[in-house]
Amino acid sequence: MGVEQSKTLGGGFITTSLDKLVNWSRSRSLWPMTFGLACCAIEMMAAGASRFDLDRMGILFRASPRQADVIIIAGTVTKKMLPVIKTVYEQMPEPRYVIAMGACASSGGVFDTYSVVQGIDEHLPVDVYIPGCPPRPEGLLYGLMKLQEKIMKERNSFGAAIGIGEVVNEA
Amino acid sequence: MAVNTETMTINMGPQHPSTHGVLQLILELDGEVVQKATPHIGFLHRGTEKLSEYRTYHQVIPLTDRLDYLAPMSNNLGYVLAVEKLLGITDEIPERAKQIRVIMAELTRLKSHLVWLACHALDIGAMTVFLYCFRERESVMDIYEKVSGARMTSNYFRVGGLSDDLPDGLDKEIRAFAESMPGHVDTYEGLLTGNKIWQMRTKGVGVISAEAAIDIGITGASLRGSGVDWDLRRDNPYCGYEDYDFEVPVREECDTFARYKVRLDEMRQSSRIILQALDKLKPGPILADCPKVCLPDKKDVVNTIEGLIHHFKIVSEGFSPEPGEIYQGIEAPKGELGYYLVSDGSPMPLRMRIRGPSFVNLQALPQMVEGKLLADVIAVIGTLDIVLGEIDR
Amino acid sequence: MSDQAIVEKLKAKFSAAVLDVAEYRGETTVTVEKESIVEIGTFLRDDCGYNLLSDLCGVDYLGKSPRFMVVYNLYNITTKQRLRVKVPVEEQDAKVDTVSGVWGTANWHERECWDLMGISFNDHPDLRRILMPADWQGHPLRKDYPLQGPDREPYQGRLS
Repeated sequence: MGVEQSKTLGGGFITTSLDKLVNWSRSRSLWPMTFGLACCAIEMMAAGASRFDLDRMGILFRASPRQADVIIIAGTVTKKMLPVIKTVYEQMPEPRYVIAMGACASSGGVFDTYSVVQGIDEHLPVDVYIPGCPPRPEGLLYGLMKLQEKIMKERNSFGAAIGIGEVVNEA
Repeated sequence: MAVNTETMTINMGPQHPSTHGVLQLILELDGEVVQKATPHIGFLHRGTEKLSEYRTYHQVIPLTDRLDYLAPMSNNLGYVLAVEKLLGITDEIPERAKQIRVIMAELTRLKSHLVWLACHALDIGAMTVFLYCFRERESVMDIYEKVSGARMTSNYFRVGGLSDDLPDGLDKEIRAFAESMPGHVDTYEGLLTGNKIWQMRTKGVGVISAEAAIDIGITGASLRGSGVDWDLRRDNPYCGYEDYDFEVPVREECDTFARYKVRLDEMRQSSRIILQALDKLKPGPILADCPKVCLPDKKDVVNTIEGLIHHFKIVSEGFSPEPGEIYQGIEAPKGELGYYLVSDGSPMPLRMRIRGPSFVNLQALPQMVEGKLLADVIAVIGTLDIVLGEIDR
Repeated sequence: MSDQAIVEKLKAKFSAAVLDVAEYRGETTVTVEKESIVEIGTFLRDDCGYNLLSDLCGVDYLGKSPRFMVVYNLYNITTKQRLRVKVPVEEQDAKVDTVSGVWGTANWHERECWDLMGISFNDHPDLRRILMPADWQGHPLRKDYPLQGPDREPYQGRLS
């Protein structure tokens, strides 16, 4: 838009208030993409189902990457699956976030083998890691809350939304 | 007017909410009709079989949890039975261990079938059943957690018995759950069986004859929905299943609705088996008296030199079965789960082959959907009850 | 019919092809020549009732000759009996005739065996890689293939 990359709207009262509004609305309607890979996906489903009920936090699973804000890498990423994940990630609109759920997505887990990618962070920028094999639904919930906190700390999100500068992340 | 007869190729998956995991289907469509379906698998191939060759026999148990992650204890059961057979200690497993194994295996069957029903119904468009099924599944998860400490990857069975006894008072909880389960199954049936939409989506869909099913190797409830009366629990009993009184539901219609009914009836039978096993449960040892295979009691490790040596040996290098090979098949929730173990006399298996029922059942998908409508593909994937962890291993 | 009787029947029909009969933990294993596996398979299916091929896999006995074994675990749904048939395969000539015409289920199993073990199957209708990506090099389940793959060192633990 003809504006230098480094330029932001600055830290004035109005801009920071607008940032807060944008951050609040983003973090309170995190729509993850249904992207189950392995065992963790079942716990992700359980988190969305009766007892844990992610819906009450404004977290609704979407089936299309075009409508999603956050991709939860729930399970083992294999070398065969990696190009698909990258494609799906690239199809998501900005701002987009990545959660590595479980040991396999974070580091390969027990599967230190020829076909497994040793952590999705080698290929995607991960925002939150959730430990566990698989993590409990409460763990996933906590991870999502951590992501909400992280989003709340972003600066210049309003500016970035109207095309001035980029989001500054100091989490 | 010239008719355009070109077919359209569409890609379904690997990221598709209705393929139950990372399954890719390349479908050739003529309008709404599927001309050709080609499944592509391997997106979750984690190399479990190869990894097992680098682990001692005990260390493989946690890997088996992650095969069919909807039914971890069934995988454990098949594997420990296979190793026990390889060692020749099948007859030395204490009664209590066998009974608890049966209880947990049947709870696992319930759990697996609950997820199957939830996803199958959700795919076809019934949201309520999904929420109900997951509610009951959480009860099983609670039992799992109290028994093993983990909700999903239980790692509870050991070669020779169990890792731990049931916690106090849990038998009452299991009994209450097993007694309530037939009522819950009636609720699901009330939502689905008489439902016109459900019937139209399932009756006459995904028909496969008994001969074709056997030729392609379908096992488990999917085969029983095609009228083949075969259940490994009854026909090649293991783990003391011959002592239980249960029926094997069989339907002749060969379609999705028949398989649905078979699985629901199986859930009722599983509750029956659990209640019978709870009645039989008597206090006693939970680990076989095989000091070279089973970890000794902690008291013996601290107080006796033999206990300490055995403990050290088992933990540091494991045990070495004689050279030989065995195949052990069990009736897992999805069909015949087989383990083929080859030992060369070392503490690690020379080859551990897993015969995953989903792998074989999925193979039948093309012939069940070709010539049918695109929407039926979803119903057929649901009815085959596949889990990709087991297909790709 | 007991396992013994079936083995006798098999021996009577294919005396030259049966190399070895072993029994271990109550399971019977028959080793046969690989040239006659299709004939023997058809015979076992039609005349002995082994209508279900439970499993087919390859085993790598690295350092022994022959190096590979292809193992067929058969099941008879009527009499509930199992039988295991094995076929020795040399490394230089790692080819076996397909049994996918005898049991349809062998199709994917043979593809997997080719993919992971590198044993190819003559006249197979669709011999492609099944689990690994189509452009993968090597056959991972072979004993001389490193666990972490050829291009990566095993994880050594934290270096601190």
